Amino acid sequence: MSRRHVVVLGAGPAGLAAAVAALEAGARVTVLDEGERLGGQYWRHHEAITDRRLQHGWERFERSRDRIAAGIAEGRAVLLQRAAVWRVDVEPLRLHALVGKPDAPGRRRVVVRGDALVLATGAHDRALPIPGWTLPGVTTAGAAQALAKRDGVTVGTRTLVAGAGPFLLPVAQSLAIAGARVVEVLEASRLPRHAAGWTARPWELAAAAGKGLELAEYARSLLGQRTPYRTGSGVVRILGERRVEAAVVARLDRAWRPIPGTEREVACDSVALGHGFTPRLDAAIQAGCALTEAPPGSPRFVVADPDQRTSVDGVWAAGEITGIGGADAALAEGDLAGRSAAGTPHAALAAARRRRDRTDAFARRLEAHAIQDGWSSWLEDDTLVCRCESVEAAAIVRASGSASRALRLATRAGLGACQGRTCGSSVEALCGERLGLDARPLLAPMRIGELLGGSEATA
Amino acid sequence: MSPTFEFDGAEIAARDGQTIAGALIASGRASWRTAAGAERGVFCGIGICQDCTVTVNGAAGVRACLRTACDGDVVEPESR
Repeated sequence: MSRRHVVVLGAGPAGLAAAVAALEAGARVTVLDEGERLGGQYWRHHEAITDRRLQHGWERFERSRDRIAAGIAEGRAVLLQRAAVWRVDVEPLRLHALVGKPDAPGRRRVVVRGDALVLATGAHDRALPIPGWTLPGVTTAGAAQALAKRDGVTVGTRTLVAGAGPFLLPVAQSLAIAGARVVEVLEASRLPRHAAGWTARPWELAAAAGKGLELAEYARSLLGQRTPYRTGSGVVRILGERRVEAAVVARLDRAWRPIPGTEREVACDSVALGHGFTPRLDAAIQAGCALTEAPPGSPRFVVADPDQRTSVDGVWAAGEITGIGGADAALAEGDLAGRSAAGTPHAALAAARRRRDRTDAFARRLEAHAIQDGWSSWLEDDTLVCRCESVEAAAIVRASGSASRALRLATRAGLGACQGRTCGSSVEALCGERLGLDARPLLAPMRIGELLGGSEATA
Repeated sequence: MSPTFEFDGAEIAARDGQTIAGALIASGRASWRTAAGAERGVFCGIGICQDCTVTVNGAAGVRACLRTACDGDVVEPESR
């Protein structure tokens, strides 16, 4: 049996699977997560509010939650929820967190030590800037999903869902179940039949890791609502005075450039945007983990070996930070990472590796939805790209070519409250270079006094 | 029980467990912050973008999408 203490950062599918696997291997486990409940974004819920029709693979969630509860009862597991981890040290391994109500003063300062770390920090939506995208009523697709699941509300009553990738379908379904009318679902990619990606009807793909069935359910739900699903189309402008009143939709060419003459106005009071996902790499970057190479504006991922080890001794990675692959891939990677981090030798992990490898097909299909460069042609000079600091597209284009520091100081793009999490990739795409916005000294927002003050309790 | 909190002088009734953002949306509001003179509300919904921040019981910069509404909370809009 393992005698290691495995620390898991993140309690979505990957982190939960890692924690359960490490417990099964006999390790001590500490799980830290920012949420009030386990499950991450995929299993976001509230016991009294969430409509069960919005959850998928819920039995797996309940088993994982119960296994961790049993680990706590055995004295082998510790769970720190509402934990904002603000620093990760790897030599020796130490995670520093503030524990308590989100953003409240007086949170408890905690330090967690351990022998092995599994990073399972997940991803958030990437929404491309669009003229009008700061109007109230425009949210990310993930926000629409989170509000429907966690809070039982929708921002509007007539919602346009737009972006790229199969994740738009569950979002449309959630909106419908929560009471909004989904007027259209717009997929920017063309999805040619002969490409390696989806067929023209994405839910008809072979049952890659169980996704076929899930997507077929979404398709039926869209048909039931008579919601059109259009490929090669996108929102190119959002209209309204104080909130969303309509959106301009256009056909997009293969590079995602709007095709002149195809614009039409769609009445709606809300728009849900999701052009893909940004992996949450801050903790991995701070830990010193090697990342994959990618052009500016495209996501990089944590490099992981066949057993999910990163380039840093004692640090593993699982889930969306190693490549966007959805919940099934995250579960399989988390399981493998948890076993390996607990000390299970490579030779004994063959079955876990095979389960992980089977989920690759779905991840590869997602490549057909990758963001294409032509999106910037729907920007106007005065379109806000950095939402926090209200920096216009023209200012960023004017400053591109300056050194990273000069560009940031001249425009303040990426220096606002979200620290470039929302606009960083788009700013880099417009400048054509990496700006290092994702190397953040603090992993979570905190007050100066919280950074300076008080002693840390050992969890 | 369903908590009631004060927002900008109005009484807002939340469902038990709802976030401040969820309760404000349920009350018919789409925005509660101003940035460069324009209105903002929830954008990312999961604590990333900082667009939905409010002041809660005197503490500024609280993400309304993450914070569960508590009975008696005094919530104020922000602008920056």
